[in-house]
Amino acid sequence: MSQVPSNLLYTKEHEWVEVLSDTKVRIGITHFAQEQLGDIVFVELPKPGAVIKADESIGSVESVKTVSDIFSPVSGTVAAVNDALETEPEQVNASPYGDGWMAEVDISGPEALNGLLKAAEYEALIG
Amino acid sequence: MLKKTPLYPLYAEHGARVIDFGGWELPVQFSGIQKEHEAVRQQAGLFDVSHMGEVRIVGEDALSFLQKVTTNDVAKLVPGQCQYSLMCYPSGGVVDDLLVYFLGEGRYMLVINASNIEKDLAWLREQAAVFGDVTIEDISEQTALLALQGPHAERILQRLTDAPLAELKSFRFYEEAHVAGIPALVSRTGYTGEDGFELYVKADRSLELWKRLLAEGAADGLVPAGLGARDTLRFEARLPLYGQELSADISPLEAGLGIFVKLDKGDFIGRDALLKHKEEGAPRRLVGIEMIDRGIPRSHYPVFDGDGKRIGEVTTGTQSPTLKTNVGLALVDRAYAEQGTELYVEIRGQKLKAKVVKTPFYKRGAAV
Repeated sequence: MSQVPSNLLYTKEHEWVEVLSDTKVRIGITHFAQEQLGDIVFVELPKPGAVIKADESIGSVESVKTVSDIFSPVSGTVAAVNDALETEPEQVNASPYGDGWMAEVDISGPEALNGLLKAAEYEALIG
Repeated sequence: MLKKTPLYPLYAEHGARVIDFGGWELPVQFSGIQKEHEAVRQQAGLFDVSHMGEVRIVGEDALSFLQKVTTNDVAKLVPGQCQYSLMCYPSGGVVDDLLVYFLGEGRYMLVINASNIEKDLAWLREQAAVFGDVTIEDISEQTALLALQGPHAERILQRLTDAPLAELKSFRFYEEAHVAGIPALVSRTGYTGEDGFELYVKADRSLELWKRLLAEGAADGLVPAGLGARDTLRFEARLPLYGQELSADISPLEAGLGIFVKLDKGDFIGRDALLKHKEEGAPRRLVGIEMIDRGIPRSHYPVFDGDGKRIGEVTTGTQSPTLKTNVGLALVDRAYAEQGTELYVEIRGQKLKAKVVKTPFYKRGAAV
């Protein structure tokens, strides 16, 4: 898989957004982010039902040496979280766009995606 | 402008991720902290710690000077032996922790923390003023330091030196050995909780030594290791890090280093304060903690008791790469130092439950 899949949207804070429908997205952190963090040993996620706002911290990803916030790429309501990361945080390293996904969020509509970066823009950002 | 060790040109070759560590451009990791940590526990790792400071103390009054500025008993050393020690302020707070090498009559070498080199030199020179024959020479620039650590360290190193390593006990050294033909001071010391050696060499020979060691050790699982693994390794073994477990505001007795403070050796700087600490009991204790709730304690996170009273803070914390548990060291009010005591660590705004546990978290040779 490409390290910056073209079907996803991105933030400057290295989160990705997969549009599942007009009112639902899936989010996670990018290949670049997991590589920078190193061996991920702990992931803290929001609770389903939590109302979250774009650019606000909704959890954390920790490697052996560092703690890093997860900033929500969108505003909405948390529909589901990837509980498997509680016991297998290393999935974020192994498969950041697949089994390492973090949450699914209900959004009001496509306008919630305004301001997100396209793959080419994100790729340029991480150089 | 960040300082670089003589080995800097090799970092990129080994895929190192380089960080600013107290003004030094140093490798935090090569293949990954976890892998490097495991390699040192099970095989061997090679660290570039050339940023450490080396200071020669020479002269007729060198011994009496060192007895005055350090807490351990320098008179107990025989040539070829070194000791862990501390330099304290009159308050009992710590200037730095260090190794004191006894090279021979009137000749010593101190090994000090990189971030403290200037402060330590100023302190040493100030104290030396009242002593007659003491010369203080900073040889940090021309000295490189490689640490070869892990259970396979001896067999790797022995293939490159005639010096009889099996006879070299812990905290002993050969001042004039050769490793791969390169003159080196070979010391059986380290900062990982494993067996191992520290090799002091002239800076201009260090690249060659690094390459020879890695090539020789590859078959025994030797890998280059960075500061990240060095920190998790020393942490599991409960070896203190200046700036976290030790500082001008933390005394060696609070940090649990009382055995390196020889109150009966005669006067030394900080003795009065430390004696008082010992008689009255130090107000704080460094304890091991293990999280009961989900979370990882980190340096400076505040610690509370069950009633919400703040009782201290975490000095170092991580997920132990060996044990896979979320553990930390915390400096707490002594009333909470008992094993099994429940306390709370504030992590991202939430007070999460933890308990006081035995340290070190890892001991060589013990079943895990």
